[in-house]
Amino acid sequence: MPMSMLRQAVAALGTALLGSCRDLAPIVVVIAVFQGMILRQPLPEFFSIAMGLGLVVLGLALFVVGLDIGLFPLGEALAEEFARKGSLTWLLVFSFLLGSGTTVAEPALIAITREGALAVSEAGLIPRTQASIAGYALSVRLTVAVSVGVAIVIGVLRILRGWPLPYFILGGYGLVMLMTLFAPKEIIGLAYDLGGVTTSTVTVPLVTALGVGLARTIRGRDPLTDGFGLIALASLTPMIFVMVYGLVMH
Amino acid sequence: MEMLFNPVRLLLATAKDVVPVLALLVFFQIVVLRQPIPRPRRIVFGFFIVLVGMACFLGGLDLALFPVGRSMARMLTENTGGGGTVSWTAYGWVYLFAFLVGFSTTIAEPSLIAVANKAQEASKRTVSAIGLRVAVALGVAVGISLGTFRIVTGTPLYLYILVGYSVVAIQTVVAPKVIVPLAYDSGGVTTSTVTVPLVTALGLGIASNVPDRSPVLDGFGLIAFASLFPIISVLSYAQVAQWIIRRKG
Repeated sequence: MPMSMLRQAVAALGTALLGSCRDLAPIVVVIAVFQGMILRQPLPEFFSIAMGLGLVVLGLALFVVGLDIGLFPLGEALAEEFARKGSLTWLLVFSFLLGSGTTVAEPALIAITREGALAVSEAGLIPRTQASIAGYALSVRLTVAVSVGVAIVIGVLRILRGWPLPYFILGGYGLVMLMTLFAPKEIIGLAYDLGGVTTSTVTVPLVTALGVGLARTIRGRDPLTDGFGLIALASLTPMIFVMVYGLVMH
Repeated sequence: MEMLFNPVRLLLATAKDVVPVLALLVFFQIVVLRQPIPRPRRIVFGFFIVLVGMACFLGGLDLALFPVGRSMARMLTENTGGGGTVSWTAYGWVYLFAFLVGFSTTIAEPSLIAVANKAQEASKRTVSAIGLRVAVALGVAVGISLGTFRIVTGTPLYLYILVGYSVVAIQTVVAPKVIVPLAYDSGGVTTSTVTVPLVTALGLGIASNVPDRSPVLDGFGLIAFASLFPIISVLSYAQVAQWIIRRKG
């Protein structure tokens, strides 16, 4: 049994490696063209960059394969189970924890909050120590996680009650604009960017499973549009919550 | 400065990020649903691979994607040739680089190809898959390029977003109904885990190298633009396609 598991994993890893190479290849080509034809100067520390790119490709591939092997089957089964028969309270608790739990582990979010915290410290808004930068990055990441959890809860309620999505989207953007007026201007750019990165590798498959499972159990719902509604809300709330966080902190 | 790539520390830090997800799933399975964990060995194995993968990815970020984004920003802005305040027209290479990074990373994106093929079927061929892919890629390219222009000029981000979403709201009413959910979706699928760190570092790098700009005030927004503009370009594409069909018919 472990041998077949291993063989399966290696095969999946090959596919995933190809996938992450394909993600990276266009960037490498564009940079190479610019280096060779326009800037005419080599990138500093070529060796460590090449090694880093190798690590990125390998890391992403392993990450995706590991999720497919271990976490996704269990998560998807649970999401469908709760959508089918769980009580409303447990369904909502599960939705919140699923949304925020998966967001905490989102690699792109980890990357961008670290850069954000660094920029904020360079602007002198927080002390320029390793600990305070890491702390700031973590608290922004947790804020985003909570906001995605809330978005999923709202989205699940919306699917159950059949409330129309456009009201939520328009209302959400209204709130984003309103918050923009009050939030400190140092946090606005970061907050807007965070809306785009929260839903990717880890969150989308599990949240979609929840949405599709729900839509399937309620008659007259389209799995595609309802699964989509969850993701759309999850890219809205982080902007609002992070601006509120900025308002409280600065 | 600490060592850049420290495998043990990275593994521990990563574990802190992924353990909550696993704990959550196990808790619900055992405590709430009162069922045994199916295939526990497989889950532990997969979980371990996730940890190693995430640690490699984060290590690689610090070694490659962040420094590359920053050095490209520095070299491209140096090319303007002068200190002091420079007009926004001097940064042509920056806009071109941003445009090309946006276009090339999007056009070959596997999830976009899948969505585009589905849309071609669903619309009974009024929109073509390749046309849709070009529309999304152009949207991302223009978005990131305009984003770097915004950083260079230091104009306020919310104005662009406000105008952008107003355009989306109007188009949502006017454009063919089939395309609307797809257009909204295309904003989300375009920014991959590799592109996000590079583009973020590029934006912050440009802001710290252009005179009178601050990274924290001006450096962000590229990702937000890359998610907004594909919605507009896809809706526009559907409108144009519909218009052409009407004129022919």
